Amino acid sequence: MVDRATAAELNVARADDGTLTVRLDGDWRLRHPLPASEDLLAAIGGPEVKRLAFDASRLDKWDSGLLVFLRRLSGACDENGVELDLEELPQGVRRLLEIAAEVPEVRSRRATSKSWLAAIGESVAGAARTAPEALRFVGEVTLATLRLVGGKPRFRRVDFWWTVQQVSVQALPIVSLLSFLVGLILAYVGAVQLRQFGAQIYVADLVGLAVAREMGPMMTGIIMAGRTGAAFAASIGSMQANEEVDALKTLAIPPIDFLVLPRMLALVLMMPALVLYADLLGILGGAAIAVSAMGLGAVEYFEQSRAALDLADFAVGLVKGSVFGVMVAIAGCFHGIRCGRSSAAVGAATTSAVVTGIVLIIVSDALLTVIFDILGI
Amino acid sequence: MEHSTTTDGSAHIEVQGLTMAYGENVIQSDLDFVVRRGDVFIIMGGSGCGKSTLLRHLIGLHEPARGRILYDGEDFWAAGPEDRTLFMRRFGILYQAGALWSSMTLAENIALPLEEYTDLEPAAIRDVVALKLALVGLAGFEDYYPSEISGGMRKRAGLARAMALDPEILFFDEPSAGLDPISARRLDDLILEIRDSLGSTVVVVTHELASIFAIADDSVLLSRDAGTAIATGDPKRLLAESPDPRVREFLSRGEDGGDE
Repeated sequence: MVDRATAAELNVARADDGTLTVRLDGDWRLRHPLPASEDLLAAIGGPEVKRLAFDASRLDKWDSGLLVFLRRLSGACDENGVELDLEELPQGVRRLLEIAAEVPEVRSRRATSKSWLAAIGESVAGAARTAPEALRFVGEVTLATLRLVGGKPRFRRVDFWWTVQQVSVQALPIVSLLSFLVGLILAYVGAVQLRQFGAQIYVADLVGLAVAREMGPMMTGIIMAGRTGAAFAASIGSMQANEEVDALKTLAIPPIDFLVLPRMLALVLMMPALVLYADLLGILGGAAIAVSAMGLGAVEYFEQSRAALDLADFAVGLVKGSVFGVMVAIAGCFHGIRCGRSSAAVGAATTSAVVTGIVLIIVSDALLTVIFDILGI
Repeated sequence: MEHSTTTDGSAHIEVQGLTMAYGENVIQSDLDFVVRRGDVFIIMGGSGCGKSTLLRHLIGLHEPARGRILYDGEDFWAAGPEDRTLFMRRFGILYQAGALWSSMTLAENIALPLEEYTDLEPAAIRDVVALKLALVGLAGFEDYYPSEISGGMRKRAGLARAMALDPEILFFDEPSAGLDPISARRLDDLILEIRDSLGSTVVVVTHELASIFAIADDSVLLSRDAGTAIATGDPKRLLAESPDPRVREFLSRGEDGGDE
């Protein structure tokens, strides 16, 4: 179709009886710039104008562009008590303007932009509200766990085993890679210092202790926060958004028992295994550097590690790992359960779950380290 | 967008020998029908017959296994991905659940296509958004998020977004699904008003008979068992005159057609 239409034009004629006649020429579609309406709007505000009429005889094509223009005029007419005569406009234009005017405008506009002070205040108040909510959630989870010990599980066994698989076997590749690299990095850092004293062999002690007591559980916890905590929040959150959680509630199946417990149990049971695995890979990473770059023998390194580490060191790591597992599961499930009803809320819940999970891991790690130190382990 | 050219009966969309498949699984084969400019065209059929799949083919989300889809005589799927987006810009689509972007307000939802594809000033965009929302009866709801309004309102907001660019063709996927009868009826009226005023071609996927008889000019009836279209034409005439008992059965909720 050839676009031979001319651009939109506006001609205003003034009659003695106070009528302004607006002649609309050319193509009034959004794709072309519309003529400026300021002069006309000002003219409508003039004292002698009583009526606004139109002449559409030269109007070519139109769409929302014309409608938007006319709505501006009609707003100005209302304000100045000018009569608006749409009689000469095409039928479709009149009909659409009628439809648009049918429903009275909602006046309860909400404030879109808040001042930064209000925003800070609200986020503090929001955080204060979250604390009791989180406490309540932890309480509910505890009660549900006690119920589980006393009676039969309310969740489906297949859900539990599926989650076990997700948090163990499926997590192995990434845990392997990162733990190995962390062991390798530790060995390098240690080697530079220890070489000055000719004490390279103590790299085995350094890597072994650091990995077993700290880095193994911590790295595994952080990986699980990013991988599994986020998945918990996203899956429970989208169930919340989809009213699936409500469907459970109305069947009198507590969502905590059905959704949270299997996930938490699976993670808490599998975390120690993952931590042990991470410890092993970390020590292997250290050994790889010691053997290849520092001239130590593999057997020598193994013997030195065995002498440096006792079972208590691994136990410390395993306890930490289990605690981190609980933290990650609680953070993930909590943010999933309190998720809003939109897909944006699911995204926000996932982010919060990861952030909360990592913060909880580091904080509880600090506490546990102090406690173990006092206990002398 | 050519509003001066309303119902002149010329072919707007032509579907020729269309076969739709997911991998090896053929959904419908050898579909042939024509949607005339300015018509309200219904794609109807029982659940699972491939109505929505046909819509996905028409709007460029799923490639045909065989056959052609022509818009104004131009082959839609033969065009490259770049050219196809030019076709798609002439479409307005109302998805089943509205498909509003949940992280944006209603105003931002409607403004996005305008910001992407027009040179309008922000003030003009605001006015267009206000107009579109007013047309669907949601004046003043600019700053609400989709999660804060009801399902029926979401659907109307989705319609406002579909109309943002004054499309030549409006596609509706199950417009009355999830709406009460009165809201569904109002939406039907609105569809007709928009067609009459703007002269858009309207393609509706639905199985709601009330809706079908209220708004249809023309239709195609898909059958899962036959694996192809079993009737085309005005549903009112099909109900009265179709020789095929399956067609009359569908259009009369199974109360006719069992008598042969």
